[in-house]
Amino acid sequence: MSELNTTVNLAGVELKNPVMEASGTFGSGMEYQEFVDLNKLGAVVTKGVANVPWPGNPTPRIAEVYGGMLNAIGLQNPGIDVFCKRDLPFLQQFDTKVVVNVCGRTTEDYVEVVERLADQPVDLLEINISCPNVKEGGIAFGQDPKAVEAITAAVKKHAKQPIIMKLSPNVTDITEMARAAEAGGADILSLINTITGMKIDIERQTFAIANKTGGMSGPAVKPVAVRMVYQVANAVKIPIIGMGGIRNGEDAMEFILAGATAVSVGTANFFNPRATLECIQGIEDYMRRHQVKDVKELIGIVK
Amino acid sequence: MKVQETGIVVSQKKLADGIYSLWVKTEQIAKEAKAGQFVSLYCKDAQRLLPRPISICEINREEGTMRFVYRVAGKGTEEFSGYRTGDAITLLGPLGNGFEKREKSGMLIAGGIGIPPMLQLAKELKETGAEVTAVVGYRDSHTFLADELKKVAKVYIATEDGSVGSRGNVMNAIADHSLSAEVIYACGPKLMLRAIKEFGEKEGVETQISLEEKMACGIGACLACVCKTVEIDDHSQVHNARICKDGPVFEAGKVDLS
Ligand SMILES: Cc1cc2nc3c(=O)[nH]c(=O)nc-3n(C[C@H](O)[C@H](O)[C@H](O)COP(=O)(O)OP(=O)(O)OC[C@H]3O[C@@H](n4cnc5c(N)ncnc54)[C@H](O)[C@@H]3O)c2cc1C
Ligand SMILES: Cc1cc2nc3c(=O)[nH]c(=O)nc-3n(C[C@H](O)[C@H](O)[C@H](O)COP(=O)(O)O)c2cc1C
Ligand code: FES
Repeated sequence: MSELNTTVNLAGVELKNPVMEASGTFGSGMEYQEFVDLNKLGAVVTKGVANVPWPGNPTPRIAEVYGGMLNAIGLQNPGIDVFCKRDLPFLQQFDTKVVVNVCGRTTEDYVEVVERLADQPVDLLEINISCPNVKEGGIAFGQDPKAVEAITAAVKKHAKQPIIMKLSPNVTDITEMARAAEAGGADILSLINTITGMKIDIERQTFAIANKTGGMSGPAVKPVAVRMVYQVANAVKIPIIGMGGIRNGEDAMEFILAGATAVSVGTANFFNPRATLECIQGIEDYMRRHQVKDVKELIGIVK
Repeated sequence: MKVQETGIVVSQKKLADGIYSLWVKTEQIAKEAKAGQFVSLYCKDAQRLLPRPISICEINREEGTMRFVYRVAGKGTEEFSGYRTGDAITLLGPLGNGFEKREKSGMLIAGGIGIPPMLQLAKELKETGAEVTAVVGYRDSHTFLADELKKVAKVYIATEDGSVGSRGNVMNAIADHSLSAEVIYACGPKLMLRAIKEFGEKEGVETQISLEEKMACGIGACLACVCKTVEIDDHSQVHNARICKDGPVFEAGKVDLS
């Protein structure tokens, strides 16, 4: 069979393949360089960055759970100034797309970061309105359709790059939030962020993580994520980046067949630093096995 | 270079109740590792997906083997304790910075499962010709690794039940024998490290301490494993450093152990 076409298009930005890593699991790629040629990835998604440095939550920040983990990092980040001076020039060396994940406590915080990024070498902005681990901002914007639409519209107004709204699974009906983001002007949606969970250390008779609750991720959340991607794909017209428990090409294909244009690999990096590359390989193997030349032909074909 | 590779178990031996010694042959990690660094060990059971960070206890660079001495603390380490010669084990390493070896008289202070990394350190320090003293604390008379340490260091023991050496902890042994040195290298529970930091400050001695925290990536990307720093950390821009990447060994004065 001739050349495979693995390119996908996200709001006018062409990715060489549909695979990126998930925000917060990969830093800005520096640490994973020893394991992954960043040029091979469809895009690199950075850790959430705010207008000023955030200290994050007390430790322990993580706990292992059956087939997954809980985290409450609390969006620790060095702030946009250092990020622009250090992380973006680093990422510019690579032939890949750069997605900056943006967090904030208030609408103004988000807007400030987005404005600072306007003239920076950034291809897409991912707006995190779904972090369950911070008291203000984050998920507070992501659980009410009116708030979702308002923050989307506010960010969109100031953004030079296409915006991805990152949705929370911690809602009754995710399609409501998806439609609200679309109505607010979102170019792309990404889902799912982590699912709020809790673990009790029965010997110490206390919470396993200092924040009491944490966001669950990893292989155990995948069926929930696939279901939500499928629902959202059938509710909106804009493209979707699917994530939640992806470890390999087969997992990635579930999301693509359910309606995702691209996929992100998060927690899997922690037990297999080369998981992103294996996903790319696995998608190509799948295309050959099913004699499909263009990966775009597979998006959302399971109805 | 850090790598993830499949090691082969060379031997597994029980040293004391719940304490095991595991030698593993690796392609690369053992050749590049040094004292004070650690390795992420992965479970075969896929429900347990996070790595178990374990310190390097000994390295045989010629044979490409390394030793881990660990306590069965939960399901993951319990799984490791069942591995036998010839079994495969997935490892990621070498990780972290390791101790800064000084060619000065060194006092190695460690308690419990903080003792393993001191064996490789004592060996490497001795090779530099430095005078090496080790003060090690145990719960009871199961003084694992003490005999091996005695081959490369002058060893003082403390036990909580007083069955061997000084009664109490390492600080009691240091006081009992009026010990001092030009550099302190320490690893153990936070309470102990706090006392050692204070002791080092009082004596005006360089003090390096090895910290521990729950880890996910083990390489500095996820920010799970932070400790508090006295000054703003250059990487994080806040008062946090990553134990897996910036540590696990820190200059005691730079971290806030409160
Ligand atoms: C840098 C470093 C070096 C270490 N060196 C040694 C050593 O040489 N020998 C030794 O016996 N132990 C060492 N530990 C502690 C060891 O990592 C834990 O005992 C081990 O991870 C427990 O795993 P488990 O599955 O048996 O326990 P569980 O409680 O079932 O583990 C659940 C989760 O918590 C994590 N976890 C539990 N306890 C700790 C801990 N104390 N520190 C970090 N993560 C923990 C596990 O990795 C796992 O992700 C070290 C820890 C660190 C951070
Ligand atoms: C340690 C950790 C940190 C994360 N940090 C962020 C973040 O800063 N911003 C964000 O939008 N999502 C963050 N996430 C969520 C992931 O990007 C992803 O949505 C989620 O983990 C599900 O994918 P996975 O199961 O493949 O990990 C984080 C997840 C983990 C595990
Ligand atoms: S464990 Fe990820 S930064 Fe240390």
